[in-house]
Amino acid sequence: MATSLHLSLAASAPASALRSSSAFFGNAGSLSRPSVVLGIGRRNANLVVEAKIREIFMPALSSTMTEGKIVTWNKTEGEKLTKGESVVVVESDKADMDVETFYDGFLAKIVIGEGETAPVGAAIGLLAETEEEIAEAKSKGAAQAAPAAPKPSAVEEKAVAPPAPTAAPAVAAVQVAPEPTAPEEPRSSRIVATPYAKKLAKQYSVDLATIAGSGPSGRIVAEDVEAAAGKTPVPAAAPVPSVAQPSAAVAAAPSAAPTPAAALAPAGSVAFTSMQAGVARNMVDSMSVPVFRVGYTITTDALDALYKKIKSKGVTMTALLAKAAALALAKHPVVNACCKDGKSFTYNEDINIAVAVAMDGGLLTPVLKNADKVDIYSLSRSWKDLVDKARAKQLSPAEYNSGTFVLSNLGMFGVDRFDAILPPGMGAIMAVGASVPTVVATGNGLFGVKNRMTVNVTADHRIIYGGDLAVFLQTFAAIIEDPTELTM
Amino acid sequence: MEATLSCENLTHTVGCVGKARLGSVRGGCKKAAFGAYNVSWKARISVTRDLGVGSVSSRGVVGKVANGELRVRAASGNGVAPKEFDYDVVIIGAGVGGHGAALHAVEKGLKTAIIEGDVVGGTCVNRGCVPSKALLAVSGRMRELQDEHHLKALGIQVGAANYDRQSVADHANNLATKIRGNLTNSMKALGVDILTGFGSVAAPQIVKYGRIGFSDKTITARNIIIATGSVPFVPPGIEVDGKTVFTSDHALKLEWIPDWIAIVGSGYIGLEFSDVYTALGSEVTFVEALDGLMPGFDPEIGKLAQRILINPRKIDYHVGVLAKKITPAKDGKPVQIELVDPKTKETKDILEVDAALIATGRSPFTKGLGLEKINVITQRGFVPVDERMQVLDSEGKPVPHLYCIGDANGKMMLAHAASAQGISVIEQIAGRDNILNHNSVPAACFTHPEISMVGLTEPQARALGEKEGFKVSVAKTSFKANTKALAENEGDGLAKLIYRPDSGEILGVHILGLHAADLIHEASNAIAMGNTIKDIKFAVHAHPTLSEVLDELFKSAKLDEHHAAVETPNQVKSVAA
Repeated sequence: MATSLHLSLAASAPASALRSSSAFFGNAGSLSRPSVVLGIGRRNANLVVEAKIREIFMPALSSTMTEGKIVTWNKTEGEKLTKGESVVVVESDKADMDVETFYDGFLAKIVIGEGETAPVGAAIGLLAETEEEIAEAKSKGAAQAAPAAPKPSAVEEKAVAPPAPTAAPAVAAVQVAPEPTAPEEPRSSRIVATPYAKKLAKQYSVDLATIAGSGPSGRIVAEDVEAAAGKTPVPAAAPVPSVAQPSAAVAAAPSAAPTPAAALAPAGSVAFTSMQAGVARNMVDSMSVPVFRVGYTITTDALDALYKKIKSKGVTMTALLAKAAALALAKHPVVNACCKDGKSFTYNEDINIAVAVAMDGGLLTPVLKNADKVDIYSLSRSWKDLVDKARAKQLSPAEYNSGTFVLSNLGMFGVDRFDAILPPGMGAIMAVGASVPTVVATGNGLFGVKNRMTVNVTADHRIIYGGDLAVFLQTFAAIIEDPTELTM
Repeated sequence: MEATLSCENLTHTVGCVGKARLGSVRGGCKKAAFGAYNVSWKARISVTRDLGVGSVSSRGVVGKVANGELRVRAASGNGVAPKEFDYDVVIIGAGVGGHGAALHAVEKGLKTAIIEGDVVGGTCVNRGCVPSKALLAVSGRMRELQDEHHLKALGIQVGAANYDRQSVADHANNLATKIRGNLTNSMKALGVDILTGFGSVAAPQIVKYGRIGFSDKTITARNIIIATGSVPFVPPGIEVDGKTVFTSDHALKLEWIPDWIAIVGSGYIGLEFSDVYTALGSEVTFVEALDGLMPGFDPEIGKLAQRILINPRKIDYHVGVLAKKITPAKDGKPVQIELVDPKTKETKDILEVDAALIATGRSPFTKGLGLEKINVITQRGFVPVDERMQVLDSEGKPVPHLYCIGDANGKMMLAHAASAQGISVIEQIAGRDNILNHNSVPAACFTHPEISMVGLTEPQARALGEKEGFKVSVAKTSFKANTKALAENEGDGLAKLIYRPDSGEILGVHILGLHAADLIHEASNAIAMGNTIKDIKFAVHAHPTLSEVLDELFKSAKLDEHHAAVETPNQVKSVAA
């Protein structure tokens, strides 16, 4: 379930998104719930009606979100909105969120239709205070929508979709929005399509009016829509239109092992989902930061032995590595810092380890907060919870964007070393390779076999210098090689 | 076997009827009963020689005549109650409510008869809860087997799942037969007389029964309990043909699986059938007259249920519209449903579907009960009762010795509520005052995942809090945080607790998630026993179990510490009632 947000008059405030808590935990009533502020504002100052017609803005649901996709409008045009009601579901790069209204009124106009995207702060709909103002809002909306985004299908769809239940008849009479003028034959103007056919039409952006139905009495069935969309019907495919299943963009720890035999590459070009678009944008942004890398090979025999010992208590390798990194960071605060403006160091009070996780091919970075202070058992438990939530797209913003240092581990695949891209806004990222038995020369002139792994840290050289990383890695290696500190 | 000697007085066919025991065997003794002789016609006094009545069951039922004893009793005049009775309790209607009352009556040592006009078990067992659970069991498994993603996550591979419609239908029917048998046997074993026919109230403490129009048998009862239940409600304008337009009664027989079915009404019944039909391959269109789906559920639960049970499935819906006219399919034309605006009556749309299920609720089955004879006027068919389920007459005064339980009184149309009301009535008859706290009666909707609830919804609780001046708090826990749910890969769901932070009193609990229907009882029992969160949060739950969802829920409630000291048990009770 999505976190609930409120619409408000104020401009969008991404900072509060970081503090919004998940709807599930702790908070009492919906009215007293801390809310993410979603902008409804007044723009066109030259319009007389502007005092009563509010724009609904695309909310900023996370600090990295620059655009959002409308999953569903829970309300139809003309429908009455009551304060606190969920109006629209928005998919950000990380999660689906319910957006609630702070005002009573009427949803006068949907500017951005379902499945379409809009930049943060753009008007996605119009809210009229009274029923009489709906028409005015509509004409305003029509004028606005024309240059903004061509979206003819959304309007047409409305014409055939179930009518708005509480729409006042007066509204229809003065409707100004460009309606497609379908031939007014009593029979052919009605489109009969089954529920699943309608869902698929929305998913594939197929206009039902253009399809001939092959079902009983000429009704449009799912197969007709699939044929029109050029899709071969997939047997037993569940209709889950809004769930993003992107492919991996950055190296990350896999949460579900892919089965190569079952993977079929889709033909042609496939548009990015919100999550994929977010990853792509971040990757391009990362080019503007001057980074460098330092590697270190560490003997893990002691760590492996410890892991074997406490694995049965639910401790994971990820938690151990995060804990070790956090303890090392505590001694080298500059590696836990970041550079926000290119002019200063921003030191972080807490040590929050973000760990990259592949989700069905996509990428999320759940955060283990205060990893230096929380004991290893609690840390392992929170890690499990975070992974489960991430899989269900349930992470609250604070659970994925409060990291101060990133850990990425591909060791379980046998990858012996790799280098990670530093995400924007972070100071350093550590890439962890597999621990492999290696013949090494021991100090007393003899050979021995030891398990060794190579870690590689990518850092922002504006604030973190070679010497900083070197001593940080030295500390990190010392902790791994004598891991008693990890369980304290 | 029956032998009857009726008395002369045709207008008052009372008392003087020799009852037949319908050949029933009790305690291994076959009884032959024969009728009365009239000693004095004018005084309308009859003497009944009741053979075998007294031998009823080895449990030693009180208030009964011994074998072969001659008994004199007064037949009543109009409105005059008899002084001696054939039974301590006669229950009209052998559904779950009547059954519950009958069993408890026997336990209390009361001589009991139950009159069944149709089949033992009533709606629940034959046309409701029971067969629908059989269909839902199939739908749950079909869903699991069709959910490749889910199975893959568990590491399971299966081929395409399929089903045989007739076998599914047989499973439902066999289950109903079996439960009906169980119910009948349990009553027979305890010595409850099962009388066949349509029962009605002839006069105070006198019941007539028999075939409809020929209710020629009369018995007297110290107490009468009406438990006649309900039938599916079909709004005017809807033509039910039982084939393409039907109610739950027909749907449970599962005679066919339409490709596209409209379900009129999105309450429990509609929701459960949408679960069944979509699992078996149908597409579903809901028609709901109110402005949102699932009215009656806690709004937050309803919203989440829509996200889980409606949106991802092959279901669409029309809300805020009335199905004004529904015409069954004929001559190759599909079922036509005319949707109108409930206020303007303007036609909004016409649906063409393969079938329509009318799930618009149920109406009480109380016609022909003869209540008008004792000055009781039903309200929209419901029998008016007080909080003790005692029937009220047209002046609002309780009618002595007459009770009504279950769907027929409309207080809470649930099988187990009827049974609880029945037990409450028997307690009173046995001399212990008892008022059922309906806020402690749980309800469940057996979708996948299930929904369950007890007590108030959040808006109801807040309204009450405002009215009575107490603070209302809400706590929530997620199934995603539960180990067992995650092991099952069924992390969808929410449990919500509505409570008073000052006293710790539980006002309501709502659960949507795996096995929610089984989980609710910890909360409903707590409400019934008057336990507060302070007590229950210390109860231990086995790990890892789904019950920890509630454990966590109670533990997450935040109570006002300083208020806790002044609260007394009495305060708690007064709000719960």
